[in-house]
Amino acid sequence: MSCCAPGAEFYLHRAAGIDDEILLASRPMNDGLRQTDLSVPDIHCGGCLQRIEAALRKLDGVASARANLSARRVTVFWRGTAPPPLMQALKAIGYDAHLRDTGADKQDKALGQLVRALAVAGFASSNIMLLSVSVWSGAEAATRDLFHWISALIALPTLAYSGRIFFVSAWRSLRHGRTNMDVPISVGVLLTFAMSLYETIHHGPYAYFDAAVSLLFFLLIGRTLDHVMRERARQAVRGLARLSPRGALVLRDDGSRFYLPVDEIEPGMTILLAAGERVPVDARVIKGTSELDLSLVSGESTPRRAGEGTVLQAGVLNLTAPLTIAATTTAKDSFLAEMVRMMEAAESGRSSYRRIADRAAQLYAPVVHSFALLTFIGWIIASGDAHFAMTAAIAVLIVTCPCALGLAVPMVHVVAARRLFEKGIMIKDGGALERLAGVDAVMFDKTGTLTSPQPRLAVQRSAGGDALALAAAISAHSRHPYAQAIATLGHDSQAPAFDTVSEIPGSGIEARRGNDVYRLGRPDWAIADRRSSPAARDATVVLSINGKSQVCFGLDDQLRAGAAEAVAELRRLGAFCEILSGDSDARVRKIAERLGLTCVANARPADKIRHVEAFKQAGNTVLMVGDGLNDAPALRAADVSMAPASASDIGRNAADLVFLRDSLQAVPEAIAVARAAAALVRQNFALAVVYNVIAIPLAVAGAVNPLLAAIAMSLSSVTVVINALRLGRGLPERSRRPAVVRERAPVLLGALK
Amino acid sequence: MIDFFFLVPIAIGLGLAGLASFMWTLKNDQYDDLEGAAERILFERNDGPAS
Repeated sequence: MSCCAPGAEFYLHRAAGIDDEILLASRPMNDGLRQTDLSVPDIHCGGCLQRIEAALRKLDGVASARANLSARRVTVFWRGTAPPPLMQALKAIGYDAHLRDTGADKQDKALGQLVRALAVAGFASSNIMLLSVSVWSGAEAATRDLFHWISALIALPTLAYSGRIFFVSAWRSLRHGRTNMDVPISVGVLLTFAMSLYETIHHGPYAYFDAAVSLLFFLLIGRTLDHVMRERARQAVRGLARLSPRGALVLRDDGSRFYLPVDEIEPGMTILLAAGERVPVDARVIKGTSELDLSLVSGESTPRRAGEGTVLQAGVLNLTAPLTIAATTTAKDSFLAEMVRMMEAAESGRSSYRRIADRAAQLYAPVVHSFALLTFIGWIIASGDAHFAMTAAIAVLIVTCPCALGLAVPMVHVVAARRLFEKGIMIKDGGALERLAGVDAVMFDKTGTLTSPQPRLAVQRSAGGDALALAAAISAHSRHPYAQAIATLGHDSQAPAFDTVSEIPGSGIEARRGNDVYRLGRPDWAIADRRSSPAARDATVVLSINGKSQVCFGLDDQLRAGAAEAVAELRRLGAFCEILSGDSDARVRKIAERLGLTCVANARPADKIRHVEAFKQAGNTVLMVGDGLNDAPALRAADVSMAPASASDIGRNAADLVFLRDSLQAVPEAIAVARAAAALVRQNFALAVVYNVIAIPLAVAGAVNPLLAAIAMSLSSVTVVINALRLGRGLPERSRRPAVVRERAPVLLGALK
Repeated sequence: MIDFFFLVPIAIGLGLAGLASFMWTLKNDQYDDLEGAAERILFERNDGPAS
C-alpha cells in the first residue's frame, strides 16, 4: 500500500444495519439520485482521491463520487433502493469511512453571505480609493465633484449590501436596550456617508466615502475570519465518527423486522441488538446474556454482565452476544436526552462570560459617542459654525471607529486556532480561547481521558510454565473479545489437544482432557475454592485446572500517552489538577496515586457538575477534560472544556476543544497557546488605545482630513494584523511527540468502543 | 477631461467584471476543496470542477 494506508487497527464492526443507516442518512436528489456524505479521515494525498473515486465509481448504482482532500470527505451520488456497499469498498482499499449527516452541514449560508459582502466591499473600497487618490492629488473642482458623485454611486449599494450585516446586528442589540461593537460601527458609517453626500451635493472639498467603505471592508475581514475559524472546527468535530445510533432493528409482533429511526421507537417495542451496537433508547433485556461496555455512560472501565431483566441506558455498548431488548422510554426521555437537558441547564450558568471584544465595546461606544457629541457642542460654542462642528464630530467618529478592535481579536484567534490545529487540537470559538488562558484548576475524567480508551487485559498472576499457552489454546475457541485478546498470546506455542471444548455463555469456556477440567472465564465460575486465592477473585478472567487457579487476567487501566508529563506541565503552569471520575474508588485511587493527584470517585453526572460549580464559586477558572456521556454536563458547567477525539459525540459537542492526537500533552499545549494569544490581544488593545490617544485630539481639533483618516485607519489595521501573526513564534516547539515505544499488542483488547 | 468619459467607466467595468467572476466561482463551489484541486491537475483523467 502507498503512503495512505492506515495502520492495521482492530475495530469491532457493527454487523447489521449499516445499509439501513446509509439509507436513513442519505438525502434524495432529483431524478432518483441519493446523496451520501462519508467522512474518510485517512485521505492524505492526490493518490487517495484517485483510488477512492475509482473504487467507488466501479460499484453498481453509483452515479458519481467525489472526494474532498481539504475536508477529508467523500460525496457519493447513487440510485436504487439499497445503497451500494460504500463502506466495504472503502475498507477493501484500506480506508475507514464514517457516515456523515448529509443534512447537518448544508452549505453554510452565513459564510457565503459574509464572503459575498466582503467581495463587494473590497471592490467598492478599491475603486473609491482610486478615485480619492486623484482627488487628494489636487483635482480641479469640476473633476472632484464628478469623482465624488461616482464614489457616492458606488458607496450607496455597498453600504446597503455589505453594511447590512452590521446594521442588522446593531439594530437587534439596540432594540434589546444593549450596545455592542456594531452600534458605533453602524452610527459611524452611516453618519460618514450622510455627511459626505451632503458635502458632495454642496460641492464641498472633502468627502469621506473611501473611509466609510474601507472601514466596512476591514471590519468584514475580521468578521469573516472569526466565522471561518468557528465553522471549520465545528465541521471537523462533526465529521468524526458518530457513536449514537441512527436507528435500530425492531422486531414486530408478526415476526417481521424493520429498521426504524431512533426517534420513532416507542416504549414496549422489541429491539434486536447485535454485538457491537449501542443501545438506542433506555431499555430492558428480554432475552440473551452479554457483556456491556459502560465506559462512555458511567465511566466504569470494567465491562458489566447483562442478563434477562437488566436495565440498559441509552448509549451503552453491547460487547459480546446479541440481545433482545424492550424499549422502556422514547428517545427524548432516554438517558441521552436527560444528559442533553442537564447540559443545557449547566450552560445557562456559563453565559455570564462575555468576550473581551464585547466588554471593550460596552466601554468604547459611550466614550466615543460622548467625545463626538462634546466636539460638536464645543465647536458650536467656540465658532458658531454648525457645518464645521459637524465635520469635526464625524472625523472623531471615523478615526475612533473600532477597526483595529474589530480586527485585533479575531485575527489573533484565527492564528491561535491555526497553531492549535497544527498540534492536533480543534477549538470551537474564540471565547473558549480567552477562558482557557485564565485556567487555574483542571479536572480530569479517568476512563478514556487519563487512561487510554482501550482497556488492556494483562496477566496479573501466573502459575508459570505453559499455563499461558494453555489459556491461549482454550480461548481460540471463542469469539468473546477477552478470549480473542488472550488467544493472541499463544501464537508461537503448539496447542495441546482437548477432548471436548464447550462455551458457556456468560461464564466462560470449559475444556476437558482426560480427567482434567480446564475452565477459562469468570473467577466465581472457574474457581471452586474461593478462599484459596483472594487475588483471583479480583481478576476479570481466570484459567483454572480442576478448580484451582493457574493464570489470572485483569483489566488494566493503561495511562494515556503523555499523561504524567501533562500533569507535571500543568503544575508548572500553576494549575491545580484533580481526577473526577464515575468509576469505583479503588480503580480511581490507583491511577491517582500513579500521577500524584487528588481524586473524587463514584461521581454521578450531577455530582460532577456540583463539584465543578464549587470550584467556580471559590473563584477558580475550571478546565474540565472528559470524554464520556456522563462528563458532558460537567464539560458544559466548567468554564472551558476539552475532550479527546475518542469521546462520545455528545461529549465532543459539549467540549470547547477537541484534541485529535493520543497524547494528553495537548492540554498544557493548548493552555500555553491560549496564554500567548491573550497576551497578544492585550498588546493589540494597547496599540489601538495608543493610536486613539494620538488621533482623537487631532480629530477634536478639526485637523483630520479624509487622507489622514484613511491612512491612519489602514495603518492601525495592518499593525494589528502583523502583531497577531507573531503568535507561536516564541512558543517552545513541543508538538514533537516523544517517541512512544508501542508495546507489542498481545494483550491489547482492541477498541472496545 | 474627455478621457474620463472612457477611462472611468472602463476602470469600474473591469472591477465589476472581476467581482462578477469571483461571485461566479463562489457559487460554483470552486473553493470547496483547494488542496484537492491542486492535486487534481496532475491526474490523467480529465475531470472538471465539482458538478
